[in-house]
Amino acid sequence: MSQINTNAGIAKILVAPSVILLALWMIVPLAMTIYFSTLNFNLMIPGGRDFIGFENYYWFFTDPSFIAGILNTLILVGSVLIITVGLGTLIAVLVDNPFPGRGLVRVLLISPFFIMPTVNALIWKNLLMHPVSGLFAWLFRQVGLEPIDWFTDLPMTSIVIIVSWQWLPFAILILMTAMQSMDQEQLEAARMDGAGPLSTFWHITLPHLSRPLVVVIMIETIFLLSIFAEIFTTTSGGPGNQTTNLAYLIYTQALLQFDVGMASAGGIIAVILANIVAVFLIRAVGKSLAEQ
Amino acid sequence: MDMHRAKIVKNVSVTIAAWLIALLIFFPIFWMVLTSLKTELNAFSTPPSLFFVPTLENYLVVFERSDYLKFFWNSVVISFGSSILGMLIAVPGAYAMAFYPTERTKGLLLWMLSTKMLPPVGVLVPIYLLFRDTNLLDSKIGLIIIFTLINLPIIVWMVYTYFREVPKDILEAVRMDGAHVWGEIRHVLLPISLGGLSSTFLLSLILSWNEAFWSLNLTTSSAAPLTALIASYSSPEGLFWAKLSAASTLAVAPILIFGWISQKQLVRGLTFGAVK
Repeated sequence: MSQINTNAGIAKILVAPSVILLALWMIVPLAMTIYFSTLNFNLMIPGGRDFIGFENYYWFFTDPSFIAGILNTLILVGSVLIITVGLGTLIAVLVDNPFPGRGLVRVLLISPFFIMPTVNALIWKNLLMHPVSGLFAWLFRQVGLEPIDWFTDLPMTSIVIIVSWQWLPFAILILMTAMQSMDQEQLEAARMDGAGPLSTFWHITLPHLSRPLVVVIMIETIFLLSIFAEIFTTTSGGPGNQTTNLAYLIYTQALLQFDVGMASAGGIIAVILANIVAVFLIRAVGKSLAEQ
Repeated sequence: MDMHRAKIVKNVSVTIAAWLIALLIFFPIFWMVLTSLKTELNAFSTPPSLFFVPTLENYLVVFERSDYLKFFWNSVVISFGSSILGMLIAVPGAYAMAFYPTERTKGLLLWMLSTKMLPPVGVLVPIYLLFRDTNLLDSKIGLIIIFTLINLPIIVWMVYTYFREVPKDILEAVRMDGAHVWGEIRHVLLPISLGGLSSTFLLSLILSWNEAFWSLNLTTSSAAPLTALIASYSSPEGLFWAKLSAASTLAVAPILIFGWISQKQLVRGLTFGAVK
């Protein structure tokens, strides 16, 4: 009995550092953000740090750039999700078939996920999408089309393309792995019964992938809500505020305009937005934990 | 006979489609490496040159002029530092939760996962001010602390799922033989889970190496890692595509290779054990 008690005690001590550090990391800065968000606090204006209640939130919500920021965030997250999850599922199913060089194909498919965001953004912006010397411009001219000035004329589309290029491999990697645990006998049985590829996909593959798909959507959403470096290195949120998402808007408020109060209010709004998604993710992961 | 032919047609089309898609997705990386071997003039010539005399000049220039090694070293110190620190903090916790679970363990794990949902912009302002007041801005220590904290939940989770897979009876058998807990860990647990621990370490390295939000916001020059160096190439003056490509190729190569090696194990960490 005392052995069990000592073990439990030691176990607590071993877990403590992780718990304490994460609690500090969550609570201290978040409490500060909440506090700052109620102040009239600008680093460029010395002195005054008056308590102004919810005024920052009021200004944030009535500022047209905030509405644009929310909309841009939703468009970015939504478009990238549709592209990566849709194509990711199709590609994962495709490469689940045996064919020569499958190992190498998988390596090529997942590679962009390991490219750092700033490299990703600059390679696309310069080498591929540059309106005069980019490869796309040359290809367009080859087929007799006018080259597109991507980041000026289609800024959000361009951001969606480069972010999707990074996250499509993530979806492929997860779904490809999930495909491997498919019940081969069940597939064989379905085939014996004369089920076509479409109906096996619909009735066996898709249900098998439902949990991994949920996980992919949730995890991508968490990361996509905070996309920053790709915008920072390509459009700087422009032209105008066409590619300013919530993360970039808060950055400009905080580190370019030094408006701590406003930026903090924006930060809290971002936290609330992410939490709505998080509730679903934690439920999905908790379910898989219970089944172990 | 028709079945046979249909099968061949299917195999051939699967092969062609899969290779075509793979080459298309990989193309930007290939194009970056190719551009890094061109002269600056060649790099933005139209039509794009496919056949040229490759040169390593850009790599030399990148090394000499941009103080590349300093940034590379910063990336190495920050990502290894935070990954080692993260493992030291997380492994004992994961051990306790996997082998001495209580009724609170599951809730604790989910709470740790929930800290990962905190968007970085939500705490950018206070962290920036705290760092400014404690002289941690533009310091390697500062980034090591941040990266350790943001990767800690992933490390705990991943190690936890690996420990959970160690057969309980093996550990019990050793205990019957009278082995001390420490001996049990050193001679049985660590050898069994070494593969899992090293892939966890690799995932932490990859995530830290590629992290760009905090490294762009908290560093300026002396502690700036490669992500920030590459971002500095975005300034519009002059088109140094070949040099940009050379610097980028060097920056992504080590992590790309790590990723290839550990692709299967990464899935578990990236999905918090929900997909294996």
